[in-house]
Amino acid sequence: MCLAIPGRILSIRGEDPLVRVGRIDFGGIVKEISLAYTPEARPGEYVLAHVGFAMTVIDEVEARRVLDELRALAESAEESAPDGVGYHA
Amino acid sequence: MKHIAEYRDGRVARALAARIADAAAVRSSYRFMEFCGGHTHAISRYGLEDLLPAHVRLIHGPGCPVCVLPVGRIDTAIRLSERPDVTLCSYGDLMRVPGSKRTSLLKAKAAGADIRMIYSATDALRIAEEEPQRQVVLFAIGFETTTPPTAFAIRLAARLGLQNFTVFCNHVLTPPAIQSILDSPDVRELGRVRLDGFIGPAHVSTVIGSEPYAFFAEEFAKPVVIAGFEPLDVMQAVLMLVRQINEGRHEVENQYGRAVREQGNEHAKADVAQVFELRKRFEWRGLGLVPYSALRIKREYAAYDAERRFGLEDRPARDNPGCECGAVLRGEKTPTDCKLFGTVCTPETPMGSCMVSSEGACAAHWTYKRFRDAARINPSQAVG
Repeated sequence: MCLAIPGRILSIRGEDPLVRVGRIDFGGIVKEISLAYTPEARPGEYVLAHVGFAMTVIDEVEARRVLDELRALAESAEESAPDGVGYHA
Repeated sequence: MKHIAEYRDGRVARALAARIADAAAVRSSYRFMEFCGGHTHAISRYGLEDLLPAHVRLIHGPGCPVCVLPVGRIDTAIRLSERPDVTLCSYGDLMRVPGSKRTSLLKAKAAGADIRMIYSATDALRIAEEEPQRQVVLFAIGFETTTPPTAFAIRLAARLGLQNFTVFCNHVLTPPAIQSILDSPDVRELGRVRLDGFIGPAHVSTVIGSEPYAFFAEEFAKPVVIAGFEPLDVMQAVLMLVRQINEGRHEVENQYGRAVREQGNEHAKADVAQVFELRKRFEWRGLGLVPYSALRIKREYAAYDAERRFGLEDRPARDNPGCECGAVLRGEKTPTDCKLFGTVCTPETPMGSCMVSSEGACAAHWTYKRFRDAARINPSQAVG
């Protein structure tokens, strides 16, 4: 129920915050989503959309930081176990 | 970066699993509750429990608004939809939830009631605008994530002066539900359910922020790690929880920093505060009456309150006596402990709410985990 889908803002129309909407690209499917709760959102940014509303703008810097950290972890795990059995699944 | 596939990388998941296994060597058991149905779904779908060491267990919580809506509210909505002047608009999730006497919105629709499935609260507004002769009622459910769009619809209706739009409000709140679980005798006194920490809500937290969980972390000395709904999010959160336990910490940490800010979404919170106020108590399936756990429409917006306009009153209703949804929602039982599970109750013919929503513990278990059970019973046939 609380699922929210990330999508990229293609364009924005409307000045009034109550009716400001963005055309959002969800991996090829484009839908109009209300930006009433994300007045700071700009074209090119990713938002998380839930029941027709963008609830938050994704922080690209933070996303990149966490992903880099996770990938580094995977690489160090592989280096320490080159035969690929370095985990206890 | 599209913020989906990156968080489903099996190689990284296995590396995280190795770290968790190393870190979890300190204690003999770790038990974390994932509050949200979204997490339950991800854990089952991606087989995360198979990646975790056997003594790191995840317990499914009550964070699925479809699952916790009591039968009486479904019955009330169905009665309302049977009025000839009413068009009831519902999110798809609710259509097949069983009411009393084997009814559901879908069956009421088949019998002729004007029930329409909508994607957004604003779809209901549009219907009200286009069909002024109909009394359009939005059957609003959901946690803090779904509440702001309902507030928005009510404010927009007021601005447009719509006379034929109302909301049957069933919005519920996450923090009181977590508190109810921690306060329950099963957790606090009897020790039947031991919880060491929580995987905190993902999208609820985009609205309310990370700050409201500080109370639980402090008062109940349980760590909370807010996590996204992708598999790597959940794995990383488990690692963070294990580390907190090992270090004797009980803090609120935010794994989902790309989407959740400490203060949440101020615009959304302001809208909700303008339109809604707390109910003294509200019934949750599984948890019973929970004080100050739900919202109702403020007097200023009474014209948009379906309960006031139609004089709606809940009549006492009982769950199917064989259904264990209540105990499953409290984390006391697993789906397979229920004798209806997989026999008369399947996603095609659900008896209880946890089998209806794809985020319900029973539906997740049926869809993904029953194969795992089968493989365990007969390991020679397990697919490696």
